Amino acid sequence: MKNEFKVIADLIEKDKKVLDVGCADGILMKFLKDNKNANIRGLEISKEKVQECIAKGLTVIEGNAEKDLKQFPDKSFDYVILSQTLQAFLNPELVLNELLRVGKKAIITIPNFGYWKVRLHLLLKGTMPITKTLPDEWYNTPNLHMCTIKDFVYFVKSRNIKIFKSIALNKLNASLINERNLGIKNLSADLGIFLIEK
Amino acid sequence: MNIKTNLKTLIVKNPLKLDCGKTIKDFPIAYETYGSLNSQKDNAILVFHALTGDQYVSGTNPVTKKDGWWSYAVGPGKAIDTNKYFVICSNVIGGCMGSFGPSDIDPKSGNIQGTNFPVITINDMVNAQYNLLDHFGIDKLFSVAGGSMGGMQVLQFISNFPDKSRTVIPIATTSSHSAQNIAFNELGRQAIMADSNWKEGDYSSNNSNPGKGLAVARMAAHITYLSKKGLQEKFGRKLQEREDLKFGFDADFQIESYLRYQGSVFVDRFDANSYLYITRAMDYFDLAKQFNGNLSDAFKLTKAKFFIISFTSDWLYPTQENKDIVIALNSIGADVGFVEIESDKGHDSFLLDVPDFLNALKNFLDKSYEEN
Repeated sequence: MKNEFKVIADLIEKDKKVLDVGCADGILMKFLKDNKNANIRGLEISKEKVQECIAKGLTVIEGNAEKDLKQFPDKSFDYVILSQTLQAFLNPELVLNELLRVGKKAIITIPNFGYWKVRLHLLLKGTMPITKTLPDEWYNTPNLHMCTIKDFVYFVKSRNIKIFKSIALNKLNASLINERNLGIKNLSADLGIFLIEK
Repeated sequence: MNIKTNLKTLIVKNPLKLDCGKTIKDFPIAYETYGSLNSQKDNAILVFHALTGDQYVSGTNPVTKKDGWWSYAVGPGKAIDTNKYFVICSNVIGGCMGSFGPSDIDPKSGNIQGTNFPVITINDMVNAQYNLLDHFGIDKLFSVAGGSMGGMQVLQFISNFPDKSRTVIPIATTSSHSAQNIAFNELGRQAIMADSNWKEGDYSSNNSNPGKGLAVARMAAHITYLSKKGLQEKFGRKLQEREDLKFGFDADFQIESYLRYQGSVFVDRFDANSYLYITRAMDYFDLAKQFNGNLSDAFKLTKAKFFIISFTSDWLYPTQENKDIVIALNSIGADVGFVEIESDKGHDSFLLDVPDFLNALKNFLDKSYEEN
């Protein structure tokens, strides 16, 4: 399991009700079910991935986060997870609001466009950055709204969303982000993980 | 039609109050089983059939000599694996394969019931079939499953008996019959009743049979079970055993010939009055209405695990109608999974060899069974 998922799993206590939005093949769901006894549901847009989840014995609904979150009642999950997808929505703010409505807390991860390798790529090569977390070319990337860790922190603060924990991830190293180290983490981390609540 | 001999039949002694107000008792439920019930009695799956189905889910249907209606899904090693599970299916009341229906003799008059048969509902069908649990000494089913009208029965079953099944699999169905579907059913009924041989439903004592009307009903309905793309690919404008158009009203096109054939074989195995009664039951089905318009309330008392399946090309019970059930379940935090299967085979997809569907069904059942 990738390091990002380990960090996410560490944020979730045992016996919680969890919704994994864009759960893909269900690896994180399976881990949370087996190790945290989570009552876990998934929402996934790809038919093939839904089939993979069913084959793992996971409860998944085929659907689209932009349209299908509205069927869940307010605060019906302890945690709602959105991994590296916020930037791919037409309206990320709308999705974020839905996640915070449905979940008592939300765990959001974002690929950091402020990561030094991204900056260096653009500076030196002059072409759109391609990294491990941003593997696609400009013409086939699903990402519509790239942001940096700093952008995300500023954004949630401006919307009065509470940040419980911000974690910078760089390969195997996870470290806490605070107000003083925000600039440096925004440079050194390729992924930001946020535990938030509204 | 001497088909009612050698059927497995349960005579239900308990009186059953029907939605129409009448009470029936000592009535037959004809059923068939596949696989064997284990000693814990925790591996039983009650399968509900659709409009023109019967209890012969798998293997060879002794009446039609054709494969059972769900042979792709049910059998040894199949999605509903009869090496593992004990599958029970019964003919719905109102049907014509041995269960209490309009072709039964009315003991008072000595004539067939015909249109004296009470109008029955999906709720009545399910309540009648519930007696099979007692018959087999099953406290809790592992699953209830069915497509189309079978799916309606699945939904009604878990609503009536919330703790009587661990899993619930409604397929290509609806919680409330749409205007379009009522319209198609009415077309079928009018075709039957317009046949002069129908004789107000009393055709048996008149030694006649509204076969023409029933065949037209079947032809019209059959079109709704397929998709435009599926029809076009299979038949297109291909001609039936001829080089050119004949400038007449014989079956020039293969699709015409195909529909005529579907109509004619149907008449041999199905009772016209049963077709009227069962389509009526479908039209009356509105689960939300039973709960003052709130569909979620139908499922409030159950802890069962739901898995809902729809098909992309099904325009009779489209994905959105299946999703409405998912939404109602999610709004009360029920355990519900949902998948829409890609298929161009229309509503009939659930009866056919559609691997993505059969795999999903198998995985859901097997994984859920392991979790016990």
